[in-house]
Amino acid sequence: MATVSEGEQRVWTRKDLIGLEDLSRDELDMILDTAPQFLAVSERESGIKKVPVLQGRLVVNWFYEPSTRTRTSFELAAKRLSADTLTMNVAASSAKKGETLHDTLYNIEAMYTDIVVIRHSAAGAAGILARRHPSHIINAGDGAHEHPTQALLDAFTIRQHVRRTRGDARAGLNGLRVAIIGDIAHSRVARSNVWGLTKLGARVVLCGPRTLLPGAFTKLGVDVTSDLREAIDGADVIYVLRIQLERQSKCLFPSIREYIRLFRIDKESLKAAKPDALIMHPGPINRDVEVSSEVADGPRNVILEQVTNGVAVRMAVMHLLVNKPRVAVQGAEQ
Amino acid sequence: MNEADNSPEMTVVMDHEAIDAALRRIAQEIVADGEALPDVALLGILSRGRPLADRLAACIESLTGTRPRVGSLATTLYRDDLRSGRVPATVGNETHFDFDVDGMTVILVDDVIAAGRTIRAALDEVMDYGRPQRIQLACLVDRGLRELPIQPDYLGWSLATAPNDHVSVRIREIDGEDAVLLERGVSGAADEENT
Repeated sequence: MATVSEGEQRVWTRKDLIGLEDLSRDELDMILDTAPQFLAVSERESGIKKVPVLQGRLVVNWFYEPSTRTRTSFELAAKRLSADTLTMNVAASSAKKGETLHDTLYNIEAMYTDIVVIRHSAAGAAGILARRHPSHIINAGDGAHEHPTQALLDAFTIRQHVRRTRGDARAGLNGLRVAIIGDIAHSRVARSNVWGLTKLGARVVLCGPRTLLPGAFTKLGVDVTSDLREAIDGADVIYVLRIQLERQSKCLFPSIREYIRLFRIDKESLKAAKPDALIMHPGPINRDVEVSSEVADGPRNVILEQVTNGVAVRMAVMHLLVNKPRVAVQGAEQ
Repeated sequence: MNEADNSPEMTVVMDHEAIDAALRRIAQEIVADGEALPDVALLGILSRGRPLADRLAACIESLTGTRPRVGSLATTLYRDDLRSGRVPATVGNETHFDFDVDGMTVILVDDVIAAGRTIRAALDEVMDYGRPQRIQLACLVDRGLRELPIQPDYLGWSLATAPNDHVSVRIREIDGEDAVLLERGVSGAADEENT
């Protein structure tokens, strides 16, 4: 139990954010409920886009895999919380000289680091570090395992949209149908979203070429299909994963052309979807491969909202981990 | 709150009429200060300062025909005890105002002032949004126990209390009734809300 009930308030107690598999429904709600105040910080028009929440704290971004948007988003989140930030350039670091992950982190911590944001190609890397080290560890992607802040910002984006369109400030994801399309097997984004969305009450259907669609996912309470029309029929959200063209050398599907024909989200395939279904993508987009430009730029897309929300959600996570505030149950008296 | 409600030693310091009269008097004082009212904005400190700010704005409107702008300040992210783990996050209670504070007379409105730390946080928050010409403070109750050199410009009621007294302000819009209640010697520390 990571939350302690205090009347109508819950207390955040977790030191790290490793994956959404670990989190309770309550904890997911706490993160999503904490984020709007940070969105308002970024949205200040003429004011200072900063709050003194992590003033004087050090956040280290430690990325073993290439990343522009996630790293930038974490860095910006830390800066808008008034923390100092440091980016470890791994290509030039001691990893090349044979230092172990633990030893590198001991060295980072010897400089009094508060939060370490890590991306690593090995599934479980963040969790292993979190168990041994006193820093707050945030998993920014570990192999094909989890990418929890991506799934949190996705859930937040869906929730904001539902609340806006229904005019209900307390609406959640309950009963929504979310179709995730693409290379499911290699996607930590898909995995984290399966955990997050199902815990929040959404129904998830995973869709992609059979070779990229492990049947084991059905054990997590989601539907699995290789028929795109079946997947998006009745979906409220169509979540398009990036086709990792760099993996194409492994011949996991016959050709990009065939993928486009069977799985690309475009005007034609969207005829099977609800007219107001949201189009989401974690970026970076391969235009006209997994999604047509027309749809990616179309009125249903919330792709840039996801980017905006990402900063706020990451601010919320850092605030919760370090300051461990009490969070009032939403709508309850303060 | 419930314990206080059932306690025989609880005193009603202000009832609905007293709160109403205090707000009308504060509105008169604000008007008498002669500010150009279009340049006055009331920022209610969440959660109970906001309905008080709305009522003050209505009183000012009935006196002058001009309703000052009203907004909400959460102050949470500016508190000096953010790291203590005692800070309640303001869920669904975010800072919000849709006007520019540059050059304005901003009047902060809160239900209770005690240590003065909430107002310190509010000052920092407002300053991050812009540069008001002037910032003033209106409080319904001053319970003393100040820890910072901050005093209200407009005050409803002054109350001498000890740290272990419990002051609770109940506001109709939030609590269903208007009342300021005092219970002597009940809690180990000053009410967390009243900082």
